[in-house]
Amino acid sequence: MSETNEKPVKAKYLLRDILDQHYKNAWDAKNRGEKVGWCASNFPQEICETLGVPVVYPENQAAAISAKGAGLKMCEHSEANGYSNDICAYARISLAYMDIKECKEMDMPQPDFVLCCNNICNQMIKWYENISKELDIPMILIDIPYNTEFETSDDRVKYIRAQFDHAISQLEEITGKTFSQERFEEVMRISQESSKAWLGATEYTKYDPSPLNGFDLFNHMAVAVCARGKQESVDAFQLLEKEYAQAVKDGTSTYRGEQKHRILFEGIACWPYLRHKLTTLMQHNINMVGTVYADAFGVIYNNVDEMMKAYSYVPNAVSFERALKMRVDAVTKNKCEGAVIHTNRSCKLWSGFMYELDRRLREETGIPTVTFDGDQADPRNFSEAQYDTRVQGLYEVMEANKKGGNL
Amino acid sequence: MSRVAGLLEEFGKIASSPMNRLNEYASEGKKAIGCMPIYCPEELVYAADMVPFGIWGAEKEVSQAKEYFPAFICSILQTSLEMGLRGDLDQLSAVMIPVLCDSLKCMGQNWKQGVKNVEFIPVIHPQNRKMEAGVEFLKTQYTNIKNRLEEISGNEITDDKLKAAIDVYNEHRKAMREFVDTAAQYPHLITPAQRSAVIKSGYFMEKPEHTKMVREIVKECNAQPQKEWDGLKVVTTGIIADSPSILKILEEHKIAVVADDIAHESRQFRTDVPNCDDPMEALARQLSVMEGCSVLYDPDKKRGDMIVDQVKKHDADGVIVLMTKFCDPEEYDYPIMKKSFDKHEIPSIMIEIDQQMRNYEQARTMVQTFSDMLSN
Repeated sequence: MSETNEKPVKAKYLLRDILDQHYKNAWDAKNRGEKVGWCASNFPQEICETLGVPVVYPENQAAAISAKGAGLKMCEHSEANGYSNDICAYARISLAYMDIKECKEMDMPQPDFVLCCNNICNQMIKWYENISKELDIPMILIDIPYNTEFETSDDRVKYIRAQFDHAISQLEEITGKTFSQERFEEVMRISQESSKAWLGATEYTKYDPSPLNGFDLFNHMAVAVCARGKQESVDAFQLLEKEYAQAVKDGTSTYRGEQKHRILFEGIACWPYLRHKLTTLMQHNINMVGTVYADAFGVIYNNVDEMMKAYSYVPNAVSFERALKMRVDAVTKNKCEGAVIHTNRSCKLWSGFMYELDRRLREETGIPTVTFDGDQADPRNFSEAQYDTRVQGLYEVMEANKKGGNL
Repeated sequence: MSRVAGLLEEFGKIASSPMNRLNEYASEGKKAIGCMPIYCPEELVYAADMVPFGIWGAEKEVSQAKEYFPAFICSILQTSLEMGLRGDLDQLSAVMIPVLCDSLKCMGQNWKQGVKNVEFIPVIHPQNRKMEAGVEFLKTQYTNIKNRLEEISGNEITDDKLKAAIDVYNEHRKAMREFVDTAAQYPHLITPAQRSAVIKSGYFMEKPEHTKMVREIVKECNAQPQKEWDGLKVVTTGIIADSPSILKILEEHKIAVVADDIAHESRQFRTDVPNCDDPMEALARQLSVMEGCSVLYDPDKKRGDMIVDQVKKHDADGVIVLMTKFCDPEEYDYPIMKKSFDKHEIPSIMIEIDQQMRNYEQARTMVQTFSDMLSN
């Protein structure tokens, strides 16, 4: 086949390959005898990328394992080891994997150290403490204190910055690698480009019809989590932006079917039921065009202090007022007509003030909302019937609103 | 009635009717500041001539709080928020709420939105508390709180006043440590419920008054002859252990609490505020020297071994883990602690507790079984 006849490679395949390569690199490093870390999804990836330290992401693994149907098996293993079923299902899956050391749904190298950052929750600290203790490996924590103010204060930035510097010297000691300021500048530049491209791609949901099914973002964002600092990610996300731009021009979309209604989906996906959730929405011609979750992994800054601030503005680290503004902005920008809110049994922090946020979101935007009970990875905490009924209810209100019935 | 019994009755009354105390403070024109779990800088409140007032939930029905919290948030926070929403705590001038666990983070935000009459003061502790940058950060946070408390009270918190407050609190901590040791030596004089009441009453009293009463009971007990205890001795661990029903079950089975690692109890007073020229730094530095608490970062997970040491020190028969339902920091610690207990062949049971509990039969059966096992 000649080159001219080859179809251009789609961004989604590039993104999948980046992820595969990321994990392959980690395996190769492990096999070479290099030290490999387990890393929290919102730990400043610039540090590891600069040092060239291979890390893998337990949250990413837990999501993949549960999406492939093995969440229950892993959760039950941890519960048999004494862990309450109250704790986060990602943590239960990860602690099970630490113990069993294999899972055909998704394997990854065992850790020589753990890198923790609690800007998504404090359970991360406990989860990683236990890994560190059980495997007798060092733990590095970057503590990003919960931000009760709207803006991040200077004393917080100073504290986070000191930990950032300390984490670098700890990692240098653990891995024997040296931090290069020059390389750091480059990684920051690349990370900014990829974050901008990722956020740029997610912005395309504002078009009506949207050129993408919003749930696509849940698949693509793994690269935003794992590989923001790599040039390949910049290329892939920029390609994704281009594809969406073209789709807008062509009037096409990855959403199959007519897009009659546009919603905000609030919370982490229920990975074991992703297909079911998507199908139910599609049966009602609903596209998810607003989410603050995917955007959480696009971290924008112009210098190191701003980087510290950016890591303190991820969804679960912020005050009620800032959290509300993020949702109101997502609804407004993407012209959402309703919202589906996930009360996530695994995530106390995400769900702990969501009832009030739901009320305020309705007040400020006037859109109807429904909530459902679910879990990001434990299949026992989701009811298809409840979810379907709630979505059906929302659909009926949105339909009536569209016809002017409820206005 | 002996003086010991009289004092215990007095402690019991105060512990079981905190609202009476709050009303008294209000009628005396004293301002009170609510202090939620797990660590609040009470010394700052005291130094501003106000009364720190502990809020660790209550055995109450929850209705309004359900509008804010999903069902899987612990009952300590559910019932505390309930009291705030109902207006039960309107006599407080403000409430300090730390962010030491994810549920507490949400508690503060819900309080701010839902409880309009009582101001929310966030208490932001660093988790990298042993780093100098962590101490510095906490000092700044405490300074923000100090400024706010000065505004509320109208009183300046001078260094001298803060130093005096730290002395008062360290004296109280010392008295409390002496008390729990005394209670361990005199289980025939002090039941688990009475032990709990002595500790709990301190949350609602001004510290010099509480210290004085605690010193007196220690003195009165020490004047009594020690008796051989023919029951069992345990160390308790958990967040809170003030349920009269659970404590009654222990008493019925002749189980004495000889030491505890309860957040509401010994974790509050086992570590003094260290000596520093700058009292604000001293206050901030206390967090860096605390060990073995589920909400404070500890990759070494020292807690299990610390409890083992207590078991050995007091020649205890076992450990009772009182697991507050939906408390994830404690739930993560449990499997690691259990390994420590098992390694040292220390029998232990875990009983799930909840301030919403109405039926204690399961707890009773577990304690019965544990008691039988230890007695054999």
